[in-house]
Amino acid sequence: MTTLTTEYDAVIAEFDPIIGLETHIELGTNSKMFCACSAQFGGDPNTHVCPVCLGMPGSMPVVNRVAIESTIRMGLALNCSISPWCRFARKNYFYPDMPKNYQISQYDEPLCTDGFLDVTVATQDGPQVFRVEIERVHMEEDTGKLLHAGGAGRIHGATHSLVDYNRAGIPLIEVVTKPILNTGELAPEVAKAYVAELRDLMRALGVSDVRMEEGSLRCDVNVSLSRPGEEWGTRTETKNVNSLRSVERSVRTEMLRQANQLRAGERIIQETRHFNEETGDTTSGRSKEQAEDYRYFPEPDLVPIAPSQTWIQELRGTLPEVPSVRRARLRSEWGITEFDMQSLVNAGALELITASIDAGVQPTAARKWWTGELMRVANEQGCELEDLSVTPLDIAEIEGLISQGDLTDKMARSVFEGLLAGEGSVSEVVSSRGLVVVNDDASLIAAINTALSDSPDVAEKIKGGKIAAAGAIVGSVMKATQGQADAAKVRALLFELLGVKE
Amino acid sequence: MTQDGINAEQVRHLGKLARLELTSEEVEHYAAQLEQILSAITSISAVATQEIPPTSHPIPMENVYRDDLALPGLELADFVPGAPAFEDDRFRVPRILGEPS
Repeated sequence: MTTLTTEYDAVIAEFDPIIGLETHIELGTNSKMFCACSAQFGGDPNTHVCPVCLGMPGSMPVVNRVAIESTIRMGLALNCSISPWCRFARKNYFYPDMPKNYQISQYDEPLCTDGFLDVTVATQDGPQVFRVEIERVHMEEDTGKLLHAGGAGRIHGATHSLVDYNRAGIPLIEVVTKPILNTGELAPEVAKAYVAELRDLMRALGVSDVRMEEGSLRCDVNVSLSRPGEEWGTRTETKNVNSLRSVERSVRTEMLRQANQLRAGERIIQETRHFNEETGDTTSGRSKEQAEDYRYFPEPDLVPIAPSQTWIQELRGTLPEVPSVRRARLRSEWGITEFDMQSLVNAGALELITASIDAGVQPTAARKWWTGELMRVANEQGCELEDLSVTPLDIAEIEGLISQGDLTDKMARSVFEGLLAGEGSVSEVVSSRGLVVVNDDASLIAAINTALSDSPDVAEKIKGGKIAAAGAIVGSVMKATQGQADAAKVRALLFELLGVKE
Repeated sequence: MTQDGINAEQVRHLGKLARLELTSEEVEHYAAQLEQILSAITSISAVATQEIPPTSHPIPMENVYRDDLALPGLELADFVPGAPAFEDDRFRVPRILGEPS
C-alpha cells in the first residue's frame, strides 16, 4: 500500500490528469423507446420483442413520450439548456447487438446541452466542491445482449454468439461531461463522487432505478495525462465500469499505466480499454472507430422533437429537491454530523432509512437497524443493503410490534434472521418462530418464583440490599422464557415480590 | 466538395464499412457512379440557400409521440422460423472477433 501510494504521488507530482465521464442510464419506462415492448429488466430471452426492435423491414419507430419527458427533466436537473428543436440520428454499424445494423441515437443535435453538477469530495482539509460541467445529455436506444458461446463466455475464442433482444430498444440516456480539469490527486475520487451524485439525482427524479450491478447505469471513463504547460495528452476510454468503486479504481489504474508509458518515452494510443473487476487492471480493447465511420445522418423514420416552453416549464415544476440540499436538510433533522451522513450515503443506507422513516419508524431506530444488524449481514454476504430481503416496510412493522410491547429488541433480531433466511413476511416469521412476549404477570411471577427457589442464596442477597444480584434472577427468567419476556418488567416484578425498593 | 472526385481508396473504405467485398473492377464502377451522385448533390447545394432548411422528413411534422404503455409483442413461434439460426431461445450469430478487420 505504501509503495502504491508513493507511486501515485510521483505520478501526481509529474502529471496533471484530465478525466471525462460518459454515463449511460437506462430509463425505467414501462415500454421501450420506439415500440410498445416491455422495458422490464430480464424476462425470458426474446420475449420482449416486436417487429420494430427486431429491425424487421417496414416496421416504424414511434417515440415514447415519457422517455422525452424524463430526458428533459434530467437535463433541467443538470442545469442544462433544453434544445427547442432537435432530431434523432442513425448511427450505422454492423454488430449483432442491433438487428437493424444501426442504432437510433442523437448526434449533433442533443436534447440537452451545457449544464453542470456540483460534487463534494472529502479531503484532509474538509469537504471540497468540484463543479463538473455537462457537455450534453442525449437519447438513444439500448442494444441487445450477447452471450459468447465456446471460449468460456469471453469474446476471444468464442465459436459463435447468441443474442437476446429484450434489452434492444430500452431508452438509454447518455450524459457526457466536459473534460474535468484541475482535480490533481483527487481525480479518482471526483470521478466516483460524480457518478454517485448523478445516480442519486436520477433516483430522486425517479427516472431510473440506476442499479449499476444490473447495468441500468454504466460508465465509460476517459483519462489522459499531461505534464504541466504541455498540451492535453491522448485519452483512453475504459468501457463498462460497473460499480462506484471500480470508477475510482479504473481512473487510478489508468493514470499509473499511462504515466509509466509516457516516462518510457512511449505514446498513448487513443483506444478503448476494458476494466477487469478482479485485478483492477485495464486491458486494450478494439481501437476506436473514427466518428465519421458511423456515417450519422438524420433518422428519416422519426419527426423532430420540438418541446414547447410550456411543456418544459411544466416539467421543471416536477423537479425534486436536489440531493445535496436534501442531505443537508435530513442531517439537521436527524441531528447527525456530516461525516455520519457521508457514511450513510456511502453505505447505500440513506434511501432505505428515509423510506423507513416515511413508513413511520423513528429516525434513530431506522438508522440503528440499517447501519447495525443489517449492514453487518450485507457485509458478510458481500452485497448491497438494498439487496437484502428486508424492506423499509418490514422495519416499520417490526418497530410497531416493539412499541406495542409485542416484541423485544432481541426477538426483533430473530425476526430479521427469519426475513433474511426467506422464512416469509414479518407476521409469518413471528408466528413460525413463536416470538411472543411473555407479558402476563402470572406466568412471569411463576418463572421468577422458580428462579428464586433454585437460587435461595441469591434471593437472600437481594433481600439484603444487593440490588446487583438481581441480574442473575432476571437472566434465568429470560432463559426460562426463551428470551420472550420483557427484562425490565421481570426486574420490576422481582423487586415487588421481594419487597425491595430499587 | 467533389473537386478531388471520389477515389478508389474511399470506395474501398465504404465497401469495408458496408461489409461488401469489392473487386477492382467494381471499385472503379462504383467510384464513377458515386461521383455522379455527388455531383448531383453539388448542383442542389448550389441553389440551396440559408432560408431553406435541409429536409430530413418529407412531411412537416413535429412531436409525434405515443403513450408509455407496454403491450405484448411477438411470440417466439412468430419469428424463429425466419431466423437463419436460433439456439437456446436466442438468435445464433457467427463469431464476432477473428473476422479480418
